[in-house]
Amino acid sequence: MSTADELKTLYQKGKKRKILVMLLVFVALIVVIVVSISLGSGSPRFTEAMQVISAKLLPFLNLDAGPDMTQTIVWTIRFPRVILAVVAGAGLAAAGATMQGVLRNPLVSSYILGVSAAAGFGASLAVILGVGVITFAGGYLIVGNAFIFCLIALVLVYSIARIRGMTSETVILAGVAIGLLFSALLSLIQYISPDRDAVTAIVFWLMGGLNGATWERILICTPIVVVVSVLMIQQSWNINVMSMGADVAKSLGVNSKRLLATNMLLETLATASIIAFTGVIGFVDLIAPHIARMLLGNDHRYLIPCSMLVGALVLLSADTVGRLIIAPAELPVGIVTSLLGVPFFIYLLVNRRRQSFH
Amino acid sequence: MKLKINKLSFSYNSTPILEDVELEVGLGEMLCIVGPNGSGKSTLLKCINQILKTEQNSVLINGQDANTMNLKELSMIMGYVPQSSTSAFAFTVFDVVLMGRKPYINWNLSDRDSEIVAEMLDFLGIGSLSMRHFTELSGGEQQKVIIARALAQQPQLLLLDEPTSSLDIKHQLEILCILKSLAETKHCSVIVAMHDLNLASRFSDRLLMLKRGCVFAVGTPESVLTEETIESVYGVKVRVSKSILNCPQVTPLVSEANGFKNAKIALSAVAAKSE
Repeated sequence: MSTADELKTLYQKGKKRKILVMLLVFVALIVVIVVSISLGSGSPRFTEAMQVISAKLLPFLNLDAGPDMTQTIVWTIRFPRVILAVVAGAGLAAAGATMQGVLRNPLVSSYILGVSAAAGFGASLAVILGVGVITFAGGYLIVGNAFIFCLIALVLVYSIARIRGMTSETVILAGVAIGLLFSALLSLIQYISPDRDAVTAIVFWLMGGLNGATWERILICTPIVVVVSVLMIQQSWNINVMSMGADVAKSLGVNSKRLLATNMLLETLATASIIAFTGVIGFVDLIAPHIARMLLGNDHRYLIPCSMLVGALVLLSADTVGRLIIAPAELPVGIVTSLLGVPFFIYLLVNRRRQSFH
Repeated sequence: MKLKINKLSFSYNSTPILEDVELEVGLGEMLCIVGPNGSGKSTLLKCINQILKTEQNSVLINGQDANTMNLKELSMIMGYVPQSSTSAFAFTVFDVVLMGRKPYINWNLSDRDSEIVAEMLDFLGIGSLSMRHFTELSGGEQQKVIIARALAQQPQLLLLDEPTSSLDIKHQLEILCILKSLAETKHCSVIVAMHDLNLASRFSDRLLMLKRGCVFAVGTPESVLTEETIESVYGVKVRVSKSILNCPQVTPLVSEANGFKNAKIALSAVAAKSE
C-alpha cells in the first residue's frame, strides 16, 4: 500500500469516527428530549406524552390525543420548551464555535460582540419605557427591542474594528468596549428607574430562561437559526484556514476581512434571534464548542454541527434539571448551566488527553 | 512562470517601506532577498503575494497584473511561507498540509488531494508525522510542514520569509536543499527572504539586496556580495573570500565602527561597578 492510500485510509477512518461521535451525541439528545417531555409537574408521563405528540405531529393518522389537560401540558407547555431549548442550544453553540474559529481565540463566546449587554439594554428600555409593568406574556416589544439593540451593537463594533483594519484583535477589543458601554447603560437605566417591579423584571430577563417558549416564537427563531447555521457550516474550510493566521488565509485564497465581517453578521443574527426570546443564556456557547473539540477535533466541517448537537444537549439537560430540581418552582436555566457545567468543564480540561487549543 | 516587478512602491500609513523596486524572476530560479532588518524584505514578499495590495501594474505574473486577479487565482499560482507559524487550534500535520488544497477543494477532498498531500509529505520527508499534532512538533519539523502546505497549492512561485532563521544548521541545510531542488526539478520559482548572507550566497542563483526599501544591488552572489556593498548596506566591515565551494563567503570583521567599542566600554563600566 502506498503512502497516499495509507493516508486516505487513515483519513477515512477519522471521518467515520467523527460521524459516529456525532451520531452518539444525536442519540443522547433524542433520549434527553424524550425524558424531558415525560417529566415535570402535572401527570402526563412517557406513554401519554408520546401519544399526544404522535397525534399532533401526524394528524392524518387520526390518532387519539388523549384528554385535553394532558394535551395542553404536553403540547403547549413542555414540548415547545424542549424544542426551544434544542434550537437555542444549537444556535448559540454554532455561533460560539464559528466565532472562536474566525477570531482564532478559544476564549471567545458568542457574546463577544457585546450583544448580551445590548440585548439586555434593549429589553430594559422596552420594560421601563414601553409599558412600565411586566408584559412578558406577549412581549414582542421586548423581543423586538432586544433584537434591534443587538444589531446596533454589531454595527458599532463593525465600524470601530473597520477603522483599524478588521483584525481579530480589533474586533475583540471593540466588542468588549461596546459590551461595557451597554452594560453601563443597562445599570444606569436600572438605577434611575423608579419602578421596582420593572427592575425585577429586567433582572429576571437577564438571567435567561426558556419558560417563555411558545410555538409562535419557535416558528420565528428556528428558521433564522437553521439558515444561519447552514451558512456558517458552508464556511468551514475558510474558518479552518483562518486558524493559521490572516496572512496565510489570504495566501490560500480566503479574504479574512470579508470572512470576519460575514460571520459577525451571521453570529449576531443567530444569537440575537435566540436571546431576544430567552434572555441572556450564557456558557452554552462557550462550553459546547470545547466539548465538541475534545470529541472530534478542530475541523469546522464537523466541529460546527457537533457543537450544535452538544449545545442542544447541554441546554436541554440543564433546563430539565432546572425544571425538576426544586419543583414546582424552577431554577433559571442560566444558573443551572453554570452550576453543573463549570465543574464538568473543568474536569474535561484537566483530564483531556490532547490539547485541542493553545 | 515569470514574475515582473515594475516600479513597486508601498507605504504603511504614509511611511514609505518600498520605493521603485524593479525585479524579474524567471522559471526555476531561486532568488534570495537580503538586507538589514526593516529594509522591506517581508513587505516585498507580501506585496508580490497581494497580502498587501499594490498599485496597478506593479506586480505582473506571466504578464498579468496581480492587482486584478482574485485571491483564489493567486493562491493557485503562489504559495507563501510566513516568518513564524502558529495554529490557534490543534490540527494534525495532515490537516495542515491539506489546507494547501483549499483553493481546489469545495467540501470533500478528492483522491487527487490526498495523493498530492502524500506526495508533499514524502517530498519533505515528514510522512511519518502525518497524524501528529502540528503544535507538538519541533521548529524544524513545523517549517517543513508549512512548506509542504505551500507546495500542496501546486504553486509556480514559492515565497518564503526567513524560513531558516530559527533552525539549527542541519535543518537550515535540509530546507534550503529542498528549496533548491524544487526550483531545479519542479519548475517552481523560489523567492526567499533571509538574513544569513553565506547561506544566501551558497544556495541562490541570484541575490537581491535591499537598503531602506530600495534595490541596492541585484545579480549573482559574486556581484552582489562584495565588501563595498555590504559595508554600505549594513554598515559592517567584512572580508569576502572564496569558500571551498567556490562561492563568496562573508566574514564580518569586528571593528570599533560597529558600536563594539561602546559595548566594550559599557561592559567594563559594569565590571568596574560590580567590583
